[in-house]
Amino acid sequence: MSTKETALQHHFENLDQQFEASTLGMWAFLVQEILFFGGLFAGYIVYRNWYPEAFHLGSEHLDVFLGTVNTAVLICSSLTMAMAVHWAQKGDKNKIITFLVLTFILGAVFLGIKAVEYSHKFHAGLLPGDGFIWHGEHGDQVRIFYSFYFVMTGMHALHMIIGAGILIHLIVQAGKDRYDANYFTPVELFGLYWHFVDIIWIFLFPLLYLLGRH
Amino acid sequence: MSTAVFKPRPDQMGDNNEKKTSYLTAGFNIRSWLLTVDHKRIAILYLLSLTFFFFLGGMFAVLIRLELITPAGDLMQAETYNKMFTMHGVVMVFFFLIPSIPAVFGNFLVPLMIGAKDLAFPRINLLSWYLFMFGGMLGFAAIIFGGVDTGWTFYTPYSSTYANSNVILAALGAFFAGFSSILTGLNFIATIHKMRAPGMTWFRMPLFIWAHYATSIIQILGTPVVAITIILVALERLFHIGIFDPKLGGDPILFQHLFWFYSHPAVYIMILPSMGVISEVITCFSKKKIFGYEFIAFSSLGIAVLGFLVWGHHMYTSGQSIYVSLVFSVLTFLVAIPSAIKVFNWTATLYKGSVSYDAPMLYAIGFIGLFTIGGLTGVFLATLGVNVHVHDTYFIVAHFHYIMVGGAIMGYMAALHFWWPKITGRLYPEVWARVASFVIFFGFHLTFFPQFIVGYLGMPRRYHAYPEEFQIWNILSSAGASILGLGYLIPLIYFIWSLKYGERASANPWNAKGLEWEKADSPPTQFNFDKTPIVDQEVYDY
Ligand SMILES: [Cu+2]
Repeated sequence: MSTKETALQHHFENLDQQFEASTLGMWAFLVQEILFFGGLFAGYIVYRNWYPEAFHLGSEHLDVFLGTVNTAVLICSSLTMAMAVHWAQKGDKNKIITFLVLTFILGAVFLGIKAVEYSHKFHAGLLPGDGFIWHGEHGDQVRIFYSFYFVMTGMHALHMIIGAGILIHLIVQAGKDRYDANYFTPVELFGLYWHFVDIIWIFLFPLLYLLGRH
Repeated sequence: MSTAVFKPRPDQMGDNNEKKTSYLTAGFNIRSWLLTVDHKRIAILYLLSLTFFFFLGGMFAVLIRLELITPAGDLMQAETYNKMFTMHGVVMVFFFLIPSIPAVFGNFLVPLMIGAKDLAFPRINLLSWYLFMFGGMLGFAAIIFGGVDTGWTFYTPYSSTYANSNVILAALGAFFAGFSSILTGLNFIATIHKMRAPGMTWFRMPLFIWAHYATSIIQILGTPVVAITIILVALERLFHIGIFDPKLGGDPILFQHLFWFYSHPAVYIMILPSMGVISEVITCFSKKKIFGYEFIAFSSLGIAVLGFLVWGHHMYTSGQSIYVSLVFSVLTFLVAIPSAIKVFNWTATLYKGSVSYDAPMLYAIGFIGLFTIGGLTGVFLATLGVNVHVHDTYFIVAHFHYIMVGGAIMGYMAALHFWWPKITGRLYPEVWARVASFVIFFGFHLTFFPQFIVGYLGMPRRYHAYPEEFQIWNILSSAGASILGLGYLIPLIYFIWSLKYGERASANPWNAKGLEWEKADSPPTQFNFDKTPIVDQEVYDY
């Protein structure tokens, strides 16, 4: 039996309708995500306007080199993801798997580098909380900067981890020949999600890392 | 079987009909319910869980009204009282009102009304119920472990720094219930856009669908903001990250902005679906095409959009700039326009209709009156000067109960009575239903109208003791509450009774228009329709 028949769920008339509904659902989900991060961005804007110096000082202690590397890694992972979607549309199983695996590896590299950064901050006493240490001016306000740093990048990392889990699922499914030129919806929709997570980082990077350098 | 569209359903097909399995008889074991992806069964799961939370929240209301019979705080201490009104609010808002009509009747009816076999994402629909139950259990655990005392609004810095109660559990409960709500909205949007039967154009959709479409937009745009806010409160509590703590340079008012950015529109998550119900019921029991269909449809969207621009009216006394307050005040007045459009159109529908007063219609008429009072007092409250005078008094409490109980729950009751025959295939005893609707209407007014007066006289909300001159109003209110409680128990009894002893319902007991009545059985079959219906008639063609 071809995937065309198995992939169609009982309540849809045809695969086109199923694909359109799924795509719309994913876009609605991403709108929801934008508002979710939007709350954090709104808070960030408020405090950055209140405490520009403290945000400047806090930002200078972030590792721009690692942040830049990570930005490059994520952009590459978006490219590999786009390639995976491209080959999914063409129905080339081996290339789908190759590019999904590459995307997964790049995502893992990003998370690894992020973990290194987190542990540096942790050892420097920059984790917001009662153990927060700051030798300099505006200690409390710098703490707020680091609160935003950890919550925003933490939420972003959480989205990456969930994405990595879904990638494993997609790789397994692709290995079982579930996707072909007629049916590749999950790969395409996951692509949307992955690019969205990338874009969030593209905003986070200058707001957090580059703030102190201009 | 006939394929002619909108021909009265041949109920007399008898034997043939008996052989078809309804969604209720498609499986009997517990697994067939807990793992179902049928939108109708998920609606039933929601109905049962919401009924539990409704009476749980009601129990706290009983304790509040008992305490307030006397001016002295004799039944409970101030701290206990704080927990009572908090848990009443948390349970009623997050675990009953917000899911209520969309989760039960939206789930059941959206596919049926537009001629689809199911919602676009049946498994996500089931997931939303599990998320809701998980959130509900967290909320319930917060109650069992000693309760919460922050008020349902979780205002910082009390909630984030000082409160000694189960804030995190309760807030996380709201968080998960919120995600369930987002998924419901997402499902409706995709379904309404992509799953309509041939011929079901946008302007042939029942107004119930338009109302749910508008509601879904709010669920998707508003809920995530309160979700991240709840996470920040939890982090503040656990790690003292400083964002809402004024001692560390944080801003507790920011919490209020983020909270009300969701929680004002959340009121429209409660009331818009109710308005959708009222549109269906009014036109059916007037046997007349609804007046101003397009106006009602677009006023739902108007309310959804305007609803996002008015949150500052909760913060007139929070130190917000007076100019900002002025803008919020004007924007809040504007909400009255789409709301009034609906009320006028419903009333105009009654004009020269052949009106009958069955139970759903009694609730719908009650809704119009109560919602009008709730809405107009909302305009008073949007006015800066009046608001400062009655801020945090019982006037506010009365106002939002007219909207949430008099509006949202009256709509819920109307829906329950209107679609009960469709959902269960049984008729309830009409006389009892009419009696109960009058008991509820009378009990409601007696409970909440005195609160307008006592609030205007200056009695503040959220205190367990009060000066003696306010006692008479509180006695009236408590007496009303006991009548209202009785009014809610009567339907509970006759609905359960009807499941076994009620007369069997025909496919269309009200002679209503719409696919769910004309093309589906009572109760509907597993996949709703024998074949995909083709719509070639205008909506509400009475
Ligand atoms: Cu409001």
